[in-house]
Amino acid sequence: MSLIELDKVSKVYRMGDVEVHALREVSFAVEERDFVAVMGSSGSGKSTLMNIIGCLDRPTGGAYRLDGDEVSRLDRRELAGVRNKTLGFVFQSFNLLSRTSALENVELPLLYAGVPARERHRRASEALGRVGLAERVHHRSNEMSGGQQQRVAVARALVTRPRLILADEPTGNLDSRTTVEIMVLFQELAEAGITILLVTHEPDVAAYASRVVVMRDGRVRTDQNQKARRAADDLAAAAPLEDEPAEASA
Amino acid sequence: MIPLETFRVALRALLRNKMRSFLTVLGIIIGVGAVIAMVAIGEGAKAQVEASFASMGSNLLIVLPGSTQSGGARGGFGSLPTLTWDDLKAIRREAPAVRYAAVQLRSNAQLMSDDQNWATSVSGTSPEYFLIRNWKAARGRSLLDSDVESSAKVVVLGQTVVDKLYGAVDPIGLTVRIKNIPFEVVGVLEKKGQSPMGQDYDDGAFVPQTTFQTKIQGGLQKFISGTIFIGAASTESTMRAETQVTDLLRDRHHLDSGAEDDFSIRNLTEMANAQADGMRTLTTLLASIAGVSLLVGGIGIMNIMLVSVTERTREIGVRMAVGATPLNILLQFLVEALTLSTAGGLVGVALGIFTAGRLAAKFGWPTLVRPDIVVISVCFSGLVGVVFGLYPARKASQLDPIDALRYE
Repeated sequence: MSLIELDKVSKVYRMGDVEVHALREVSFAVEERDFVAVMGSSGSGKSTLMNIIGCLDRPTGGAYRLDGDEVSRLDRRELAGVRNKTLGFVFQSFNLLSRTSALENVELPLLYAGVPARERHRRASEALGRVGLAERVHHRSNEMSGGQQQRVAVARALVTRPRLILADEPTGNLDSRTTVEIMVLFQELAEAGITILLVTHEPDVAAYASRVVVMRDGRVRTDQNQKARRAADDLAAAAPLEDEPAEASA
Repeated sequence: MIPLETFRVALRALLRNKMRSFLTVLGIIIGVGAVIAMVAIGEGAKAQVEASFASMGSNLLIVLPGSTQSGGARGGFGSLPTLTWDDLKAIRREAPAVRYAAVQLRSNAQLMSDDQNWATSVSGTSPEYFLIRNWKAARGRSLLDSDVESSAKVVVLGQTVVDKLYGAVDPIGLTVRIKNIPFEVVGVLEKKGQSPMGQDYDDGAFVPQTTFQTKIQGGLQKFISGTIFIGAASTESTMRAETQVTDLLRDRHHLDSGAEDDFSIRNLTEMANAQADGMRTLTTLLASIAGVSLLVGGIGIMNIMLVSVTERTREIGVRMAVGATPLNILLQFLVEALTLSTAGGLVGVALGIFTAGRLAAKFGWPTLVRPDIVVISVCFSGLVGVVFGLYPARKASQLDPIDALRYE
């Protein structure tokens, strides 16, 4: 059984009299432990696909099974539960709560899961340690660099021990070095057994995934497995060229 | 999510914008403060009126004799003596709702101590009078039945008279001359203050009615040249006593059913109630004006909550993405509004009590802060928060997570 199973999923938006077909009977599956990059130009339907897989939106047609459960007919409250327990999100613009410490940002999903305070602290600190921010637990989001903020966002996605992490252009606001650092992190998570679905329009970023799906006009154009580039190697190769890594000194 | 956590999150959000939060609740603070202060003033005035009526005597009826009529000109009540001593005896004997009855014969006279003199009202009465008016001797003793029987030349003085004639000297046992007749001061009455009309109760002297008739008024008469004070058995029986006395006097005075009363009865309890009603109306009026400002404060909260929801659309989206249910979001904003308005209510209570205190100190207004009004005000401001917070909170909870996340 696949973790994600889309069966002829359609999404039609109605804008006045015009019907916009964002997704046209898309069928595809993602196995557990897969690292999938979804590519496509804007308007290709990749964001809509992401929203439906992320239980933020519901398809207008077809079936979506997440971990064997039909989730396309759940109501808002039930979808919130699925997002909380099974999924983790990483966004292009980080979307951390402003003027709030890294720890509290990471604790947020646990708050809605009803985890007691002590346990929340422990697990959030652990998640921040895993993304290499153990020293910056009490820094506020506005006191951190973009790369650090995105690490906090990854920690927040991780903290509920989800089956699937959805990343929507996670490197879109980062420079090339921090991009590679975040991709190292994703590859580590994938190796640790978390399924990752990444939306990007940069082939360089998609190269780190083990499978690339290209969307166009609401349909899947190509879907192929590939040998992923090792982000850690790129980082090691790049490191000597940097005189003083910005991340370490900040 | 745990209720305490919801409250903590709400408090944090409010403290993040301290100035705005303060300005938002300013309406509530002023509203509640105004309610508390206004009601305190109204209640204080009411309590003062009630106290001054109570000092006149409880369950009190005053019977006044009729009016003269000569050549079309009619005198006021009391100008024609129609009440007889036999009427008094009959009232005592035949009106069951009457507990005490006493006459008050009045005359103004010059009182003289050894070195001072003072014009005041001298009343001839009996011991029941002091029971009706609930008036005790502060020093010495009050009038006794034996004083009345023996026409003793004794006098009980009010505190004001004592101050004027004797200053700080204890007058008990000393002689005071009333119309040049020597009386022995046997008692000083406790201070009673002013009547509801501002008359000083303590400016008076009391002698036995018999002594009054023979020495001050000049001769015994069949008619009572004064008023009859009646104390009813209880507050409830005041009305009954009034009816009984009216019927009795009409019968005794042989008045036909169509004829007017040749006397009048003042019911002090009724007057007190009417006054208290007036005060209550005033309090209600003041409180409702203040209540309107509380509503305006609530609208202010709704306004700012709506702004806050719009501003924090992204935050709402993030919270939804990580698993907040619509109910979580609804509660978060509702608790925020509730916290805001309740805090405003509490500050308003403090402001109201402070204002009432300042007014009492500055203008000498009596104020009375009623605990139930305080509790009601705080609860009401909380309610205002919930009612006016509900719309913005609902709006937040109904947001679409995708739109919310994309909101710039």
